[in-house]
Amino acid sequence: MSGGFHLKYEVPGDDFTRAGEASGAVKKRLKALGFDQNAIRRVSIAMYEAEINMVIHANGGYCDVDIYPDRVDIVLVDSGPGIPDVEKAMQAGFSTAPDNVRNLGFGAGMGLPNIKKYTDEMRIETELGVGTKLYLSVHVNNDKD
Amino acid sequence: MVVSDIISILKGEVICEGDLSQEIKTACGSDMMSDVLAFVKDQSVLLTGLVNPQVVRTAEMMDMACIVFVRGKEPDQSIIDLAESRGITLMKTDFRMFTACGLLYSNGLSGGCKV
Repeated sequence: MSGGFHLKYEVPGDDFTRAGEASGAVKKRLKALGFDQNAIRRVSIAMYEAEINMVIHANGGYCDVDIYPDRVDIVLVDSGPGIPDVEKAMQAGFSTAPDNVRNLGFGAGMGLPNIKKYTDEMRIETELGVGTKLYLSVHVNNDKD
Repeated sequence: MVVSDIISILKGEVICEGDLSQEIKTACGSDMMSDVLAFVKDQSVLLTGLVNPQVVRTAEMMDMACIVFVRGKEPDQSIIDLAESRGITLMKTDFRMFTACGLLYSNGLSGGCKV
């Protein structure tokens, strides 16, 4: 699709406190562009959860964001260990996060289910030992919540 | 209810002042941020015993106006700086989670989620 607006962010893997910087920046940009508040929130939450996942499981990575008038596409790419069982990872409550992550308020096994809940399209490409690509799309004129 | 009402109901101490006249519709109490992120609609206050920058980031993603640290927990400067840059009010209360939520609930604030 033409007429898009492209943004790219690095997600540092070594600093949990910085996880969410990219999502915060995208949120700010969408607000400035006058996007619907519900759509902005859905993009922010889905991307934030994905960013947290990247830091917890994959030592960071990068994300490409394409903003169109009617939708926002996000691709998050990491070179982490890959997801052995995607179906299981999608189950609410299933988590492989270590205890130190739980102490930080994450690792409840809600990340991928939350991402699915807030996006209109979600696709995972993953290969063990190579990494994971997560494709997300949020359509603007959709009251999904 | 507005942010300043929450301060008086919870005998709160303001650590970082945002817009104290902002209207508060619903609240959410949790130490698990993913649980907070699971419900998107208009939760304007987050009560938590968790003290780290991700609490502020979670509130930011959810458009929350105010974070209440229960059990007298103190955020460090990095958390305060982050909240300040986002215009989010931070306060602490000596009440525990259950009591703090109960006080707000009995003063008319709801959880906002239908069961």
